[in-house]
Amino acid sequence: MRTINPGIVRSHILQQSKRANVGHIGSALSIVELLCALYGSILRCASLSDPERDRFVLSKGHAALSLYVVFYLKGWITKGELDSYCGDCTLLGVHPEHRSAGVDFCTGSMGMGIGFAAGAALAARLQGSDRRAFAILSDGECNEGSVWEAAMFAGQHRLSNLTALLDCNGQQAFGYTKDVLNADNLAERWAAFGWDVQVIDGHDIAALEHLLSTLDYRGSRPHLLLARTVFGKGVSYMEGKIKWHYSPMNDQEYGQALREIYQGQE
Amino acid sequence: MRRAFVETLVKLARGDSRIVLLTADLGFNALEPFVQEFPGRFFNVGIAEQQMLALATGLAEAGFVPFCYSIVNFAVLRPYEFIRNGPILHRLPVRIVGMGGGIEYASNGATHYGIEDIGVLRVQPGISIYAPADSAQTETILERTASISGPVYYRLGKDDRLVVPGLNGHFTPGCPEHLVVGRDLLFIAMGGIAVEAIAASRKLAQRGVSAGVAVVSSLNPVDRTFYADLLRCYKYIISVEAHYINGGIGSLTAEVLAECEIPARLVRKGLSATPDGITGSQAFMYARYGIGSEQLVHAALEMMQ
Repeated sequence: MRTINPGIVRSHILQQSKRANVGHIGSALSIVELLCALYGSILRCASLSDPERDRFVLSKGHAALSLYVVFYLKGWITKGELDSYCGDCTLLGVHPEHRSAGVDFCTGSMGMGIGFAAGAALAARLQGSDRRAFAILSDGECNEGSVWEAAMFAGQHRLSNLTALLDCNGQQAFGYTKDVLNADNLAERWAAFGWDVQVIDGHDIAALEHLLSTLDYRGSRPHLLLARTVFGKGVSYMEGKIKWHYSPMNDQEYGQALREIYQGQE
Repeated sequence: MRRAFVETLVKLARGDSRIVLLTADLGFNALEPFVQEFPGRFFNVGIAEQQMLALATGLAEAGFVPFCYSIVNFAVLRPYEFIRNGPILHRLPVRIVGMGGGIEYASNGATHYGIEDIGVLRVQPGISIYAPADSAQTETILERTASISGPVYYRLGKDDRLVVPGLNGHFTPGCPEHLVVGRDLLFIAMGGIAVEAIAASRKLAQRGVSAGVAVVSSLNPVDRTFYADLLRCYKYIISVEAHYINGGIGSLTAEVLAECEIPARLVRKGLSATPDGITGSQAFMYARYGIGSEQLVHAALEMMQ
């Protein structure tokens, strides 16, 4: 398996956001290690069209730039395609489109992706396949009632081949989760719905890979990794700031962000 | 049509292992034949219509053909965005089965009316829409549309005994069935309410008015050339639907008349105002909303004055 360097992912996220002059940077930076772990050594995918590939749903679709960068680093899309992000006549918009290489499901409307993933997991079971389904959700996304419909279904049907990675960065579009709909006890909530819950540092790739490679995918419960993450991870002025859910960077901010990412690499 | 739906689905499922049946906790005393024959292919997802559609999307992506069953408004309105972002955007063969179209659940009150389902779905070019008029046509339509590669919505009636005279299970995809040929006026009706139009046509005949009847079962896609050719045969047209007059076949007929420059007069009969809370039997409600046979007779005579 080819490892993916999170610093390189971050630098591409900054470059593409700056070139396209778009936001959602903080959300994209938040899930970099989750994607590096999944696409580095966990997801089984012999080819993009392999029906037996594991399925992945970026339920928090607004962080799709992170996904596109990982696809580029894996060689699934070209640099030219990555450079079309948020341009004209491209499949690479802010939110993932399933016709785009590597994307299994369209997302962007909160609270749908975990249900898609539950369907993918149930399909694998009905077909007697070892395929698994993974989804990345956000803590804010757990505001949506439909998330809990899916959680109940997966718990009831013991979909142990389903794993949700909950990107707990404590922020949502217009406030901190603790101030909007407090998400402090998400671990307890998911456990109460019948899920196997593990709390983990969402920026520790080795720990994530270890945990993801040791989950019991043929057991009796679906898995929730409650990943503690930092919104805007790696860029000091973005970390924990609501502004960076939407704002694009100016030249000065871009320069500083890149410097910090490169320094973090050294 | 409920029994015809289940019996036909069981028949289809015997030959197609991709078919699974999901329900959002409805279908007691109806879905059991499927459940008994295919227990491993049936899932009651709970009272969770959004999850039903999301689950169906994930299943269909992996090769299944999921049928999602509920009462019309719960099947269409509650999970509408899931229908759009799921099977429609992904172009997947999910089947949405809405039971009790119109005001069949009349005495249940306004929360149970399915009176805008066609309107909200017909604006989506990516979903096929069928409203069978009776049990025999339900069987034909299910069989004839089984291989459609994208999503399908079936608007069904729950009355198993309803028979539309002269229909005999006929179905031509995209085309209305011209059941009664008239000279003066055309009733163009969506689904089972065609029986009211036929009754009105018979009453009008006694008064010397020759009223034709066509039943529309394909709402999307529609063969507009065929539809226009039918409308061209008449100077007076009354659309009849247990649906709001906006968005359903009243609107469809107006679109075809305008786009094809057909010089006919159209009156749209159906619901035109938000329900006011008064309930009763379906017959009472049809009369109240002007779509029972008596009211259609009056509408026709008034129009032709």
